[in-house]
Amino acid sequence: MSADSHHEGDLLHVVTSDEISSGRRRLGRTLVWASFAVFAATFLAVAMQDSGRIALPFTTWRPALYAFLVFAVCLCAAQVILYGEKGKRSLFVLPAALFVVAMVVFPLIFAVSIAMSDWNLSSPDGQKFNGVENLRLMWHDPFYWNALRNMVWYTLAILVEYAIAFGLALILAGEIRARKFFRVAFLMPLMLSPVAVSWMIGKSMLETRFGPVARLARTLGWDDPSFFGSAEIARATIMAMDAWTFIPFLMIMLLAGLQAIPKEVQEAARVDGATGWRAFWEVTFPLMLPVSITAILIRIIFKLKLADIIINVTSGGPGGATDSVTSFIFREYRDRSNVGYGTMLALFYLVCIVAAITLFMKLVDRWMNPRY
Amino acid sequence: MPDTAPTQIFHDSASDRTFRVKWYAGRVAIYGILALWTFISLFPIYWTISTSFKLAPDVMQGNMVPFVDFAPKWRGWSSLGLSPDTIGRESTVRAEFLARFVNSAVTALASSALAVALGSCAAYGLSRFRYRFGFMRNPDISFFFLSQLILPPVVLALPFLVLYRELGLLDTRIGLILLYTLTVLPIVIWIMRDQFASIPVELEEAAMVDGLSIWGAFLTIVLPIALPGIVAAFILCLVLTWNEYFFAALLTSTNAKTLPVMVASQTGSQGINWWSMAALSTAAILPLIVIGVMLEKYIIKGMSAGAVK
Repeated sequence: MSADSHHEGDLLHVVTSDEISSGRRRLGRTLVWASFAVFAATFLAVAMQDSGRIALPFTTWRPALYAFLVFAVCLCAAQVILYGEKGKRSLFVLPAALFVVAMVVFPLIFAVSIAMSDWNLSSPDGQKFNGVENLRLMWHDPFYWNALRNMVWYTLAILVEYAIAFGLALILAGEIRARKFFRVAFLMPLMLSPVAVSWMIGKSMLETRFGPVARLARTLGWDDPSFFGSAEIARATIMAMDAWTFIPFLMIMLLAGLQAIPKEVQEAARVDGATGWRAFWEVTFPLMLPVSITAILIRIIFKLKLADIIINVTSGGPGGATDSVTSFIFREYRDRSNVGYGTMLALFYLVCIVAAITLFMKLVDRWMNPRY
Repeated sequence: MPDTAPTQIFHDSASDRTFRVKWYAGRVAIYGILALWTFISLFPIYWTISTSFKLAPDVMQGNMVPFVDFAPKWRGWSSLGLSPDTIGRESTVRAEFLARFVNSAVTALASSALAVALGSCAAYGLSRFRYRFGFMRNPDISFFFLSQLILPPVVLALPFLVLYRELGLLDTRIGLILLYTLTVLPIVIWIMRDQFASIPVELEEAAMVDGLSIWGAFLTIVLPIALPGIVAAFILCLVLTWNEYFFAALLTSTNAKTLPVMVASQTGSQGINWWSMAALSTAAILPLIVIGVMLEKYIIKGMSAGAVK
């Protein structure tokens, strides 16, 4: 782990005269390996105590965590001792990298081991390894597949959100008065916590007897408004609430894109006789494609995490019609505290997401840079 | 030819006159849409705040305008112990609310600060130097950081539940802070990478000629210039972590429970205790509404970063 020894093409090129003495080098190496040994020994000791082979006064695995922290600090210090100025450069990235590795890579490996076991946290049996049994269970779980199918619907709803957000962004980028007021007003829904939104809109405004939306619906001629009665309407309601929160996000990204288009381009289009609708489709929209794709991709990523509103408003009902994968796994844990099965579902979901997003980016790449 | 009476040479043709009409029609349509969307965006907030001052009959009759339709009462706020007449007295509900509020504030501020510190350093390093960690070069390292954004929380939730139980970190603020830092770190790196790329390298070169070290130049020259970006990233992190519900619901029970969990736990149990729910929701969203109105510029700056290259 070191900054590139030749540091070819460093944007910030610095000439340093680093003469690392062999004693200093030895000190650095010793520091890394000794702290690593301490970490490994602590980990093993706690693991052996946990499995009942030796008796130690530890009540938790925390000593292993502290040993890892010591190791991380020593590793950072050793960079400077071993590589001098070049080591100081890797100190910029190393803490963040160690943090992410400790918080993601290690738990993910751990997740795989959980996923291959039958582990009910509320039963005293503990973890029982059962191979790919959870995968087989998942295959025959209609509710999980239903949740995955719902995710496709939820993701497709982004197209509508995008259209609305683009319209609003076009208006905001045009010549209007009180632009700042409208920008602040439109931004507000994004600031609110999904849980508060669940209550504010889902539970109170959509309440069938007294809610203002239900009243409005009755005035407009829907005699018996029920927003979570049938599967389709319930799903649409959840989509609408999520859209309400996130349209500002898309709108702001698109607005930034619109404001970055040079005025001359649109003026040139106008001189050439392109008006309104045609100018939009043949000039603005193509220029906005890269921004649009970034915005939609980030929106998809956020959409795939959708859960809070569903957990708090419908709990997946009626009959699983509004379930997202996350809310389904949340209830799977809440109701049955089955971590093993839940983790397998989550890992499978991750694989699907990675595959889908890779495919999406490949398709976009093919479409943006066609090879003839 | 004798002088003729001065005649108008240029006339508004019929098409010019329809243009004016069309222009006005367009204006009306645009402001109509703007007004409609403002209403859609703000009405739920207005509804929640006004409901917190209503009594049951006001809710059932659908009264909307305070002082005209209904007389505002402190009923909802007194059930939280936050109305003028109850604020001086002991209140268990208020103590509970304040404890949750403090938990939310501490976790949100600490994790945002930690993420901004770690993320800015990493983004700066990646924008200035070429690294090689094993097989990973700069683009790979960047991708490694940013790809964490794809990871849905549900994948980490259950492993962390088990891990935190073993580590004794379940239901502690520090456990939540670590996880929240992880979830917002990619966003910080995304924003700050953009920010540092727009600062010319010559600045640091000049500073180093003057005898500053790399870290000295970073801390005293670059960071102050990048401050708007840092503020933008910090605010965005604050919004996301303050509102986070999923991890908090799974990993906290009594000590470290945050405000969203408290709000969520009230929705089911109390039926339609509208006024107190409205007051609680208002209290939960108010800090971010204030931040949104005051610091709108930074939020927009943060979200626009990376959108436009």
